[in-house]
Amino acid sequence: MLSIRADLVDAMVAHARADHPDEACGVIAGPEGSDRPDRFIPMVNAARSPTFYEFDSADLLRLYREMEALDEEPIVVYHSHTATEAYPSRTDISYASEPGAHYVLVSTRECGPDEGPVEIRSFRIIDGVVTEEPIEIVA
Amino acid sequence: MSVEVRIPTILRPYTGGEKIVTGEGTDLRAVIVDLEARYPGIGDRLVDEQGLRRFVNVYLNDEDVRFTGGLDTAVADGDSVTILPAVAGG
Repeated sequence: MLSIRADLVDAMVAHARADHPDEACGVIAGPEGSDRPDRFIPMVNAARSPTFYEFDSADLLRLYREMEALDEEPIVVYHSHTATEAYPSRTDISYASEPGAHYVLVSTRECGPDEGPVEIRSFRIIDGVVTEEPIEIVA
Repeated sequence: MSVEVRIPTILRPYTGGEKIVTGEGTDLRAVIVDLEARYPGIGDRLVDEQGLRRFVNVYLNDEDVRFTGGLDTAVADGDSVTILPAVAGG
């Protein structure tokens, strides 16, 4: 189960809408070992693509150095799908490399950049195996 | 040449859980060969026949080695090598 504050969910959705029709991506870091997402870090999609995302390599190094300095880890790794459902694609599964993270997918296929229905789902992706998990919104 | 190598979570099963290990060599290729000798299996996760794997980022100090010569990048005593899998998908 992913337990996450409502403001962090809203932030992911807002980012996904803002970058639509390109995929948006980012991380929510939290204290190491806590399983508690806390610090919202929107990243630039270096691929600037509606069908692919990738963190810029220099940004990636900065992000991991910063998290290490703060004793944090990536609790949530999120990205959007802008034309398909909020379910990990084959490429999502093959590149997933944080076995401890919750992979959150936001689909803007219905709402686009505007208000409207958004699909948001959370998954574990470990050794190519996808397991969906419930999302619990906490205060 | 002895360098520090920072290992990402997903590769720590190869290093017995160690986050930072030591590698020897005068260029990155040699350092990876040395790592493979110490931690069998790790080399295959970093390189393929074409060179560095597309979705593995390797940095020498602050530079992505893709911009400094890839596996031929020279390393010096005390350098720090950081391995980070790309965060990417579709």
